Amino acid sequence: MLEFQNLRHRYTPQVEVRFPDLRLAHGDHLLVLGASGSGKSTLLALIAGLLSPSSGHVRVEGTDVGSLRASARDAWRGATLGFVPQRLHLSPSLSVLHNLELPFVCAGEHVDSPRIATVMDHLGIGALAHRRPHELSVGQAHRVALARALLREPRLILADEPTASLDDEAATDALGLLRQAASETGATLVVATHDRRVTDWLPGAHVLRLAAAPAP
Amino acid sequence: MRLALLAWRYLWARPLVAVLNLVLLSLGLASMTFVILASEQVEHAVQRDLAGIDLVVGAKGSPMQLILSGVFHLDSPTGNIPLGTVKLLRDHPLVARVVPLSLGDSLHGFRIVGTTREYLDLYGGQIELGRTWKIPLEAVLGADAAAELKLRPGDTFAGSHGLGMGGDEHDHYRYTVVGTLARTGTVLDRLVVTSTESVWAVHAHHGSAPAEAAPPADDHQDDHDHGHDGDHDAAHEDEDDPREVTLLLVSYRSPLAAVSLPRWVNAQPALQSAAPAFETARLMKMVGAGTEVLRGFGIVLLAAAGLSVFIGLYHAVRERQADLAMMRMLGAPPRRVATLVVAEALWLALLGIIIGLVAGHAVTHLLGSYLQTERSLSLTGAWVSPWEAVVPAAAVLLALLSAALPAVRAFRLDVTKLLQAH
Repeated sequence: MLEFQNLRHRYTPQVEVRFPDLRLAHGDHLLVLGASGSGKSTLLALIAGLLSPSSGHVRVEGTDVGSLRASARDAWRGATLGFVPQRLHLSPSLSVLHNLELPFVCAGEHVDSPRIATVMDHLGIGALAHRRPHELSVGQAHRVALARALLREPRLILADEPTASLDDEAATDALGLLRQAASETGATLVVATHDRRVTDWLPGAHVLRLAAAPAP
Repeated sequence: MRLALLAWRYLWARPLVAVLNLVLLSLGLASMTFVILASEQVEHAVQRDLAGIDLVVGAKGSPMQLILSGVFHLDSPTGNIPLGTVKLLRDHPLVARVVPLSLGDSLHGFRIVGTTREYLDLYGGQIELGRTWKIPLEAVLGADAAAELKLRPGDTFAGSHGLGMGGDEHDHYRYTVVGTLARTGTVLDRLVVTSTESVWAVHAHHGSAPAEAAPPADDHQDDHDHGHDGDHDAAHEDEDDPREVTLLLVSYRSPLAAVSLPRWVNAQPALQSAAPAFETARLMKMVGAGTEVLRGFGIVLLAAAGLSVFIGLYHAVRERQADLAMMRMLGAPPRRVATLVVAEALWLALLGIIIGLVAGHAVTHLLGSYLQTERSLSLTGAWVSPWEAVVPAAAVLLALLSAALPAVRAFRLDVTKLLQAH
């Protein structure tokens, strides 16, 4: 499902970070642990094809992400990845419903309104369609961001610090939804975090510890 | 299509900025539309009013005044000339047609013109109701005059002395309307036309009538607006017939006449000639300065609008960096993100084009109705000019220019920053 092979990324001619090799089967999950600046974001960017490795390969379902042409990589990313960013990044200019249309609009596809309704109902945010993001509670906003990530049935869900700034209850809730979504669709979860709570919560997940912080 | 809708939502996510940009853009485009409509109509009107008139002959004075009073009926005449001049010019081998005009009276601001039927032919005037005049004191009304004054064949009216409103009425001599003219789109629409003899008849008892061969009466001195205060003495020097007309509209038989006829006319002691083409070119140059100012104003407005749209979009791209990066994350290629920015500017352009064109036509129409009450130039908002195509072209060009740099920024957005928002 997900494979790192001899993966390196060069920040500057002098500074290079090397990631351990890894092989994830379908249904496996991955925790990427490490302090800020340890290369977690870089790894996520490499998986998403936003950065190209200086050497080595990232393969997702056999596709070598780095070898895709730029335009193909964008399309691939939209179709394969679900992304839950740390700050959620719901557009403040758009209502919840219009935010959830974005995955389709961005991919240049017809907006699948029944699918949006299904996912919203499933996550219990069906009544929030016409709210603006700033009118949502933190928990509601998390659900909207998760819904946005799930709409196009991704094979791989990337979550960047999904529990940061959440209290225990909200964190449990957010992680529960994430795990449930992954198990329902058979998607692989990649969670980047430095939150200990997450470690306890995804037992059996592969753990990638990034210790050595590369010099800036 | 969905991208256009998204751009529309982004545009109105900041309503104040959108309205400001739209107002600036619409004002610029509206003034552009207005300049196009007004200058084209004025030029057309002038060309139509000049129809077939090669030379205007009148009493000594300013050639411009002769043209303005004789062709466009905007100014007061320079004075009168002897009736004998008509025959003198008609007999000239280089002259094809001479139409005499006698001016001096008006009806609620519409000028009463004493002339011959040839004057109607000059402008292609066709009788719509009734007939043309047969005897003195019968009059025919131009289309605008008839509509405005609500006069029909059979009605009577008294002209008032002078060319403005509020002169003394010639109560003893009432004109009878015998016909109205179809619209010609020329100055004829705004005139009351009658025979030369009518004007003589009205003024015979007024004390200023040339027919009495008397020097100007004392009670006439204050009628400074009156076209019949001519150079009587000069005009009468070697004429048996003491009757006068105000000016003559002359058409040449051959282009050669342009060389010799004006000089010949100007050599006559009481006569002055003016070439409409030349004077009009001079006039348009003067009016043109005003047009240039308006055009410049429009361009300044458009430049301000462009700058404002640019600043608005530039800020928008910065503010929405996260949104745009998230769009990339969701699978949008860079060009789609850049297109979103351009589409927002194009929405503004589209709205600006609609509002600008409508407002430009509306302002032209308003000015037209105002000028109509002034009995002046006719302008209409219903006019459509091919040059108006410049308006959408300018708007789209402006939108593309303003959106270019913000779009490039959106295109080059660093998406990895989205992952580093700690």
